[in-house]
Amino acid sequence: MSVLAHVFEAAGLATVALGSIRSQIERTAPPRGLFCDFPLGRPLGRPNDPAFQHRVLAHALDLVEHATGPTLETFAEAIVDDGDTATSCPLPPRHDASLPPAVDEARGLRPAFDRAVAAHGDLAAAGRVVQPDGIPAAVAAFVAVANGTPWKQAGIPGVPARVAQDIRGYYETAALALIEHTPAAWETTRWFIHHTEAGAAITAARAAMQAGGEKMALWFYLVPNGI
Amino acid sequence: MADSDVKAMTAEIECPTFDQPAFTRSKPLSECTVAIVTTASLHHADQPDFGGNDATYRVLDGSRRDLVLGHWSPNFDASGYALDTNVVFPIDRLRELAVSGRIGGVAQRHLSYAGNQFELSTIRLDSGPAGAKMLRDEGVDVVIFTPV
Repeated sequence: MSVLAHVFEAAGLATVALGSIRSQIERTAPPRGLFCDFPLGRPLGRPNDPAFQHRVLAHALDLVEHATGPTLETFAEAIVDDGDTATSCPLPPRHDASLPPAVDEARGLRPAFDRAVAAHGDLAAAGRVVQPDGIPAAVAAFVAVANGTPWKQAGIPGVPARVAQDIRGYYETAALALIEHTPAAWETTRWFIHHTEAGAAITAARAAMQAGGEKMALWFYLVPNGI
Repeated sequence: MADSDVKAMTAEIECPTFDQPAFTRSKPLSECTVAIVTTASLHHADQPDFGGNDATYRVLDGSRRDLVLGHWSPNFDASGYALDTNVVFPIDRLRELAVSGRIGGVAQRHLSYAGNQFELSTIRLDSGPAGAKMLRDEGVDVVIFTPV
């Protein structure tokens, strides 16, 4: 991002870059940088909090108006992820015992997913490579990999990491219809990874691919690292 | 592990440096048109998704809300964006600032790139300058960059 800031500044535009990784914004040194100590994915800080977002923009625009040379400042408020909190979110009961639990679960979450999309839009959910109707089959493919099927023969409908991202998006979007609060960053991700059958299947598939000697780039990005 | 651990993974990533960085002085903000340039790989639903190593950009219509989050990395929270696009693409906040007179106006069109770049020549020499020229030609004065 900071490379673009340098390029745009050279083209005659005044720029300010928001950054949430201090070492990166220090080393890339955009013409005007505002380090905001927020979790990754939320550069304006808090969703559904216009006042907070305006405080971030006010500081950023102040840099645009008053800085007379390259500068990096720090936003006054930090948002710290505790590394532990997972959304407490109900999961569907077993419906079809003939299916692997993860596939049954993915099917059972479809009404919640549809309600969430109706309420919030389909902006970070399934659909980049796997449409919602295809999510249960995609989950089944990862179950197969976890159970020893080579990934190329498992029927993963696309680049494995991209498919896993759509499954995660489907689940985290469904969760938004099942909880009453605005989740803190990573809350719904930890729920998906650590409390759902599909999250367990993808995590196990990742381990199986690693153990099978597959290239790191194929398995490493299946889930967030360490969340 | 926590968000701080995910960030720590980037500590060894090589960063480009600019020996003589450009610096453009701004007019008073009340006279400026402001655009958003994000590296979140946002795109409209009817635009092509970003590829895994995609150095092109998408032009975003500020009046449309169908901004799909297309970034390839799994290492960021997406639930905040799913609930409120302004947490990445603060278009409503900019409009409020225009109404209040803090800024002169909000651009009609904005830009999106992919932040996960492994080779920077195209961004630096081609698609970056092309995007900047497009905004300049449309009368934009100030750009706010947002990542994910």
